[in-house]
Amino acid sequence: MAAQVFAYIEHKNGVADDTALELVSAARNIFPDASPAAIVTGSGADLDAVCNDLAASYSEVWKFDNEALAYPNAEAIRKLLVAVLPAEAVVLVPHDTFGMDLAPGLSIKLNSVFVSDAAGFESLDGDNLKVIRQEYSGQVSTHLMANISAGAVINVRPGVFQPDESKSATGQVIDKSSEIGELTVGRRFLEVVEAEAGDVDITKEDILVSVGRGIEDQDNIEIAQELAEVVGGVVSCSRPIVDAKWLEKPRQVGTSGQTVKPKVYMALGISGSFQHLGGIKGNPFIVAVNKNPKAPIFQIADVGVVEDLLDFVPVLTEKIQEGK
Amino acid sequence: MEILVCVKRVPDTAENEIEINRDGSDIERDDLVYSVNEWDNYAVEEAIQIVDKVGGAVTVVSLGDEESEEVVRREMAMGAHNGILVTDDVFAGSDGKGIAAILKAVVEKGTYDLILTGAQADDGAGQIGGMLAAMLDMPYASVVNSIEVLNDSQLKVGREIEGGNQEMNEIALPCVLSIQTGINEPRYVGIRGIRKVASVDIPIWGASDLGLDPANVGESGAGVKRVDYFVPELGEGAEILEGSNEEIAEKLIDLLKAKGGIK
Ligand SMILES: Cc1cc2nc3c(=O)[nH]c(=O)nc-3n(C[C@H](O)[C@H](O)[C@H](O)COP(=O)(O)OP(=O)(O)OC[C@H]3O[C@@H](n4cnc5c(N)ncnc54)[C@H](O)[C@@H]3O)c2cc1C
Ligand SMILES: Cc1cc2nc3c(=O)[nH]c(=O)nc-3n(C[C@H](O)[C@H](O)[C@H](O)COP(=O)(O)OP(=O)(O)OC[C@H]3O[C@@H](n4cnc5c(N)ncnc54)[C@H](O)[C@@H]3O)c2cc1C
Repeated sequence: MAAQVFAYIEHKNGVADDTALELVSAARNIFPDASPAAIVTGSGADLDAVCNDLAASYSEVWKFDNEALAYPNAEAIRKLLVAVLPAEAVVLVPHDTFGMDLAPGLSIKLNSVFVSDAAGFESLDGDNLKVIRQEYSGQVSTHLMANISAGAVINVRPGVFQPDESKSATGQVIDKSSEIGELTVGRRFLEVVEAEAGDVDITKEDILVSVGRGIEDQDNIEIAQELAEVVGGVVSCSRPIVDAKWLEKPRQVGTSGQTVKPKVYMALGISGSFQHLGGIKGNPFIVAVNKNPKAPIFQIADVGVVEDLLDFVPVLTEKIQEGK
Repeated sequence: MEILVCVKRVPDTAENEIEINRDGSDIERDDLVYSVNEWDNYAVEEAIQIVDKVGGAVTVVSLGDEESEEVVRREMAMGAHNGILVTDDVFAGSDGKGIAAILKAVVEKGTYDLILTGAQADDGAGQIGGMLAAMLDMPYASVVNSIEVLNDSQLKVGREIEGGNQEMNEIALPCVLSIQTGINEPRYVGIRGIRKVASVDIPIWGASDLGLDPANVGESGAGVKRVDYFVPELGEGAEILEGSNEEIAEKLIDLLKAKGGIK
């Protein structure tokens, strides 16, 4: 199998994203002998800094320097990739909001298969790559067989592959900027508006009592607030609670919310989607209360309670109060 | 503005525990409660709000088995003007590209200025919108959480990126957008609303209506094939506390105290 493997590198302010080193491991998981090449687009000194760092992890670093790439516009980058990638390339992209923007359309233009949100690779038999995915927010897993004879675009779930920290490559940075063709796009980047701060900063709290859709009703949020009060923590939540406007956005934990690093995280009625878990760092002690014993949150929690939270949490609050 | 919204009928994960069927070929579908994919409701609501402002019509299309008619009708009860059901046995086993190719044929059978999908569906793939845009050679923006119509040929759209930050873009029409939850508050649909559209005619299109070659869609055209469903071998997982609620609470309090979970 002579397919060449490429990793698309996300970076910001001159520093590569955590996924940059995870994709090295992901590539080796597919092709044990792979020496994947990194693709880095951007402009100026920040780009150079990222490329130079990556040469310790990738045998080749393809650098594309252009003003028009200063902000990663998926449409422009797609055009560029279609122009420069060899036939049958296997391209790995992080499955985040940029990967969701770029990868599905890239697979169409490269005329190769697309696999979204891969959580593991089981085997490669000829051109048949057996991939592990999760569906129904992690309640079940599935094997897909992708025919990669014409190459593939694969979005890899962030955080599942161990980053390759060995820094054992003595790679070279290859400036491919002259190969950048025209980059006219139908979607023009204007600006990034930073998320607003709220009245509480959940990123600084040691104890979080976090509620998800299992809280069922806005009025029930009080139950979590009472628990938070007796344990000396604050209430945070999953995305649907913010969508329903039951709590403010700054209280949302997850990839499109806050990244928290508490000592103790209590997940009440939260299923444990990877976008939610992506916002929990620092290996806290996790308590999950969920009435579904198969909820994926139990796979990562330290302690689980399989009960209706509306019954259980008030009892817990009362017992804590009694003991004080 | 003529807007097409793609909606998928999916098992409602808030209402169901998803289990695998006996031979692992599918999830156990008996007794599942189905609904419209959560993201798609936001897309339909957004389309209705745009048309309320600038005029035009909203068409919803769902691809699936005959049961998908119920989600088309539900979205029409919300206020979508037209509905289309796309169903054909030869579509079974389609991969993402197959689904996108079928939806492309639907788009080309009409004249649309804007096509909306959800950011993701039950498979969590988030693939159809981007594929469809590339197939149609239209610009695309994913995870959109705000839309402002600038003029007949341009929109200003916000994408909700990591950390809840918002990336603002100008995008040329016609285009494809995938909609993120929270962009609006989808209106409630009552029984009366459903009843109103109960007898509205919904056209049903198959492969031949869409000029599709069965060899290119469905299982035969799929480069990605589902092998099976399985339950992963779990690591240790959580220690599950057992007993009455009072007993569990007491055990949990001891653990919390030890871990600094009670100040
Ligand atoms: C680009 C993108 C970014 C995203 N970013 C985020 C993010 O930052 N944060 C985030 O949280 N999500 C995010 N999501 C959404 C994510 O995919 C999930 O949809 C979401 O996390 C689900 O929230 P939940 O666990 O509260 O709800 P559900 O998945 O619906 O889970 C509810 C759980 O509550 C349990 N339950 C129900 N009733 C009870 C009861 N009475 N007692 C006990 N348990 C009960 C159920 O068994 C279920 O497990 C993002 C999605 C996308 C596409
Ligand atoms: C029994 C079974 C067998 C399957 N076999 C395969 C297989 O062999 N290979 C494979 O790759 N996949 C297979 N699938 C998955 C199927 O192809 C997916 O439904 C498809 O990939 C699109 O859904 P998604 O969840 O990936 O869409 P996403 O890209 O996550 O959805 C995004 C948006 O696209 C739109 N959309 C998606 N699907 C539809 C639809 N049907 N109608 C209208 N709009 C839609 C909606 O707006 C949705 O919000 C199988 C599914 C089932 C149930």
